[in-house]
Amino acid sequence: MDTKNILLVGVGGQGTILVSKILSTGLMDAGYDVKMSEIHGMAQRGGSVSTQVRYGEKIYSPIIGIGQADILVSFETMETLRWLEFLKPDGVVVVNDYEIPSAPILTGKADYPQGIIEMISDKARTKVVNAADISEKLGNMKVMNVVLLGALVKMMNLTDIDWEKAVRASVKEKFAELNVNAFNAGMEAVS
Amino acid sequence: MKKLLTGNEAIALGAYEAGVHYAAAYPGTPSTEILENIAPYKEITAEWAPNEKVAVESAIGACFAGARTLTAMKHVGLNVAADPFFSIGYTGVNGGMVLISADDPGLHSSQNEQDNRYYARMAKVAMVEPSNSQECKDMVKSALEISEKYDTLVMIRMTTRVCHSKSIVETGERTEVPIKEYKKDTQKYLIAPAVAKQLHVKVEQRLQELEKFSNETELNFIEWNAKKIGVVAAGVAYQYAREVFGDTASYLKIGFSFPLPMEKIKKFAEEVETLYVVEELEPFMEEQIRAAGIKCIGKDKIPNTWELNPDIVEETLFGTKRETIDYDKTVAVRRPPTLCAGCPHRAFYYELSKRKNVMITGDIGCYTLGGAEPLNAMDTIICMGASISMAHGAKKVFEKGNVEKRLVATIGDSTFFHSGMTSLLDVVYNKSNTITCILDNRITAMTGHQENPGTGFTLQGDTAKITDIEKVVSALGVEHIKTVNPLNNVEMKAALDWAFALEEPSVIISRYPCALKKYSDADIEEFGPINGVCEVDYDKCIGCKKCVSTGCPAIYYNKAIKKSNINKVQCVGCKLCMQVCPVKAISKVGDK
Repeated sequence: MDTKNILLVGVGGQGTILVSKILSTGLMDAGYDVKMSEIHGMAQRGGSVSTQVRYGEKIYSPIIGIGQADILVSFETMETLRWLEFLKPDGVVVVNDYEIPSAPILTGKADYPQGIIEMISDKARTKVVNAADISEKLGNMKVMNVVLLGALVKMMNLTDIDWEKAVRASVKEKFAELNVNAFNAGMEAVS
Repeated sequence: MKKLLTGNEAIALGAYEAGVHYAAAYPGTPSTEILENIAPYKEITAEWAPNEKVAVESAIGACFAGARTLTAMKHVGLNVAADPFFSIGYTGVNGGMVLISADDPGLHSSQNEQDNRYYARMAKVAMVEPSNSQECKDMVKSALEISEKYDTLVMIRMTTRVCHSKSIVETGERTEVPIKEYKKDTQKYLIAPAVAKQLHVKVEQRLQELEKFSNETELNFIEWNAKKIGVVAAGVAYQYAREVFGDTASYLKIGFSFPLPMEKIKKFAEEVETLYVVEELEPFMEEQIRAAGIKCIGKDKIPNTWELNPDIVEETLFGTKRETIDYDKTVAVRRPPTLCAGCPHRAFYYELSKRKNVMITGDIGCYTLGGAEPLNAMDTIICMGASISMAHGAKKVFEKGNVEKRLVATIGDSTFFHSGMTSLLDVVYNKSNTITCILDNRITAMTGHQENPGTGFTLQGDTAKITDIEKVVSALGVEHIKTVNPLNNVEMKAALDWAFALEEPSVIISRYPCALKKYSDADIEEFGPINGVCEVDYDKCIGCKKCVSTGCPAIYYNKAIKKSNINKVQCVGCKLCMQVCPVKAISKVGDK
């Protein structure tokens, strides 16, 4: 099989790393070679973050090049635009319809750009997920990340893997049920 | 069993399996998680030292006492530890010793992108470079064996992508290695000039033996494919080269990178039509390869600035570019990192930013962000501990030229313990009227909340004596000391007024826990829990943006209605905005 490239982007604190961990572990258990790369440190303080997951028969580079991602999962709307050039021209975007204003926007020096989702949809095959609403209905905004994982798994056709096991293994037991529900709701949201 | 581990986690596992007894480090991205992941192994004594020099020196002590020893640091940390590093280069070891240098190409979280491979060459110690997590684990064991066999420190050189990328690792069991006997040997361990003179000769002999080993070891291996192109590469650059050239090229993969296996490289070069040396940052291997009279392509094409990636290798060597989606990249607004909501540093810098005619020297930590928009309350950053000593030197010169400028040094608690104490001694000893502000947020925050001598706990969770910063400062000879709660705006302002009026050096300790800190019992007792969030009363808000000027990420200025808004999910109720609001439009709700 060809190597597959998954790019997850968002804002520091949104839980992209946890999702990448669940994803990578599930893929490893399914027999793939997997590499995952993340950057932490300074950028985590509310900055733009990305994690990259590559899987296939044999993986060398842990990072994804421009025009190479099969799927771009964006946890925050504007962040999609920062990373869109990494997507293959025929790749898929899963975008969370959720805005986090950055510092220049908060202070009124810039405006949050309008019409982003239309702009992305115009350029690439796009699935919009309202992970905030979904997770709010589940009773905890913090599972927005796992909702998006569900959407990602569905879009990448990885539904044969035992994700429930991978999710349960990665979260505290008292939040296991909630996260499994979030995962399933995410899959449904893009069905 | 297979596990998906980062390079740092794999190093920790490697240390455990290879029977390491003692490990010491100072936190620094991208190396921090190495010691954090060693800490749970009770077989290993794992410690946070106050700085990298102390970490390396205590590791040398442990090594001389006979233990298998590991020390780890970020690239610039080795600058701090360079002194003992060069000395052990001469003495060699008793128990095996590895030093991990985690370099940061691309400056993801650093002040420079120095290539520490040159350190191994300069100190004449052996070096290995892992390119994935399995190699990280395996090379700890190899490095310790090489260390003991050749009587040398072995440097394991990693980079951010190796440290922070996960790949699959086959786990094993720990092999206990007995602690070696310590025998007094002044001709080896006491490097007075006469001893060192003899040791230098030994070091040169050792280098020759190590080069022989380098040519023989399987750490440097060849993968033969077509012979039109041959690639020499080490570390993550090997993975990038493998990605770009695939099976169309042959590879000489360098795992043991100092001394280089020059004989092996020569033979490899003779067999292939064109030789490429693919390196991240500096032409460390290329310079040596060219000096040996071997023709190659390398830094004439591949840049030595910033982090390398497969795209750069492909584009610079072959001029090929992948097709991408074309769109307006200017639409996305910048998203720079910010101080967190409720960060005590914000309250401190907010007040300091109002002072006129000051030069503010900064230091390394989260509080570096006090120099960013909208606070802009910092003039300089050089390195760990430099804020205090730089303020001293600058003040001396301003005085010489009769320039009326106050000097304010700002430094975190952990950075103060790291290398600020000696700087403050200089301020006292050589008498400069500077204001030193120690931003004590009760933890080493930037690197992800590590314990330090001020927190009351050790890396392995034992309780420790809490170093009293006031007492330290006083013992150094500072006579004017004030400890304040920065979140109390009136108190903070009064402290700065007090210090600015003094004619002698003063210290302000801004003491409040990091907003993300998990409170210890002592923290709860001293600071209590913060409950509730702040809220804006739209009827009272005049849209003056005073609260916005604090730079709190929880505050959003709504242009349409010209009012401020507070995000309840982000707000932690620190009340700074409440205090700066001139019309009392902000109040606290949900406070118990």
